[in-house]
Amino acid sequence: MASGSLPKISVRPLEPIRPVEKATGGSGAAAQALTVDARDVSLTFHTRDGEVEALSNVSLQISDGDFVSFIGPSGCGKTTLLRIIADLQRPSSGTILINGVTPEQARLGRHYGYIFQAPALYPWRTIERNVALPLEIMGFDTQERRERVERYLKLVNLSGFERKFPWQLSGGMQQRASIARALSFDPELLLMDEPFGALDEIVRDHLNEQLLRLWDQTGKTVVFVTHSIPEAVFLSTKIVVMSPRPGRIIDIIPCDFPRDRTLEIRETPEFMKIAQRVRSGLRSGHSYDE
Amino acid sequence: MTERSPVLVIVAILIVLWYLAAILMNAPLVRDAFERNETKYTVSELIAGTLEAERPIVPAPHQVVVQLFDSVFDYPPDSPRSLLYHSWVTLSATLVGFAIGAVFGILLAVTIVHVRTLEKSLLPWVICSQMVPILAIAPIVIVVLGAIGIRGLLPKSIISAYLCFFPVTIGMVKGLSSPDPIQLDLMRTWSANKLQVFWKLRWPSSIPFLFTSLKVSVTISLVGAIVGELPTGAQAGIGARLLTGSYYGQTVQIWAALFAAAIMAASLVALIDLTGRWTERRMGAPT
Repeated sequence: MASGSLPKISVRPLEPIRPVEKATGGSGAAAQALTVDARDVSLTFHTRDGEVEALSNVSLQISDGDFVSFIGPSGCGKTTLLRIIADLQRPSSGTILINGVTPEQARLGRHYGYIFQAPALYPWRTIERNVALPLEIMGFDTQERRERVERYLKLVNLSGFERKFPWQLSGGMQQRASIARALSFDPELLLMDEPFGALDEIVRDHLNEQLLRLWDQTGKTVVFVTHSIPEAVFLSTKIVVMSPRPGRIIDIIPCDFPRDRTLEIRETPEFMKIAQRVRSGLRSGHSYDE
Repeated sequence: MTERSPVLVIVAILIVLWYLAAILMNAPLVRDAFERNETKYTVSELIAGTLEAERPIVPAPHQVVVQLFDSVFDYPPDSPRSLLYHSWVTLSATLVGFAIGAVFGILLAVTIVHVRTLEKSLLPWVICSQMVPILAIAPIVIVVLGAIGIRGLLPKSIISAYLCFFPVTIGMVKGLSSPDPIQLDLMRTWSANKLQVFWKLRWPSSIPFLFTSLKVSVTISLVGAIVGELPTGAQAGIGARLLTGSYYGQTVQIWAALFAAAIMAASLVALIDLTGRWTERRMGAPT
């Protein structure tokens, strides 16, 4: 960790050069350790139809223990930003640090668990063997694997389904299994790319509550990509509103409901107010133009 | 039973058509024979003659069945007159060739999938290799290998392997590249190494492709073994039976040998199909 804090310090002086964000929701948490520290990150894709600016000068700080949502229309670069954090994509320019190290080092150090929109369970493995897969790859011994699989399947309420194959489970249960799989090796950071996007609203509400409880219990940092305003406001401590062409951050909204919030807060005026601010942010970014 | 009845109807229709073909094709032959002997004949005698001819142009189904039966059961299995003996000679070459071809085909596919440039540089040569007429190459292979002392089963197996690796390579290149991008991304987020990605993701994903291409490949490998038997001077095997049959105009013998080959091919395909289903069930496929 000591070596990890070095590059962070060297980057610090750069801070005042380009205050891209209008709202600096992260400034209050400056004393806390930063899980994600992105500065001037840009990514340009070269396609047959010319260059596409997927991300343009994005700067973002995410503190330890935060629940941060990226919201915006498709093409705003929210998934791209998540993939850059995960080292699934390299930025064209800018710097990004995860727990004080580069995304590649963070990936090799297994700092994060990634959850995709599709559960992407391996169909030839039972649920328990799916959850054990990252543990097998990382070289945990059999005893440890068994304990962890049991613990995390219990955490996502899937005890009793160990021996089932993925196709025998509903979509919501499959996604819960994939969350258990991402948690199994106990990463500090959870990256979730529209994990409940393919599920119906009832299942989604239920999973949102479960996810909040899980976040509260484990104290992990969560970065969550979504299309849904209520979902973002309900889950987050910080909402990052993004806009397309070029992909950029247009507002960062702090959202400080208590950590053990319930679905009922969605009826409160505070909730409406934040949702309204997200909506007007999206409108100012021309997200509703089409 | 109702499921099977369409199959039975089709088989019945095919047999009737076969009989009709036998009668029509052999009729001139039988008529000539009657006329040469200057005997009078009725239509029913003519038809009976077409179905009992010793060297017919098209043998009737029952002749083939009788010949098949006789050549299997009338001689001990190690006699060169037994069809079982010849079938085993061909089958053993087929199995060895199939094994070599399948392993080679899989290894080639693994290499191509992992070294992407090979897909453009090596695959065209693989395709070219299949455009060479095997009937022309087979004698060369047999003679060259014979000259360095390799005779018998192995040269035939090599010809068989040369033909049958191709569908395995094509199928497995597809199968090993079949994992979903998300599944590959997941492996990357866990920092899995290439070996782990292969054994835990690519290989299991390719299993359905493997069995499909093995089914194609095993029939081709049987054809390869038979072709490999033709230039050896018709010593033994189904190929030899076909060759001697055509030397002496023994059409019934040729057809019986063809049926023996067809029965072997069908059994091999069925065996692979069963193994494939069993494997996929073990791998959690919905039944």
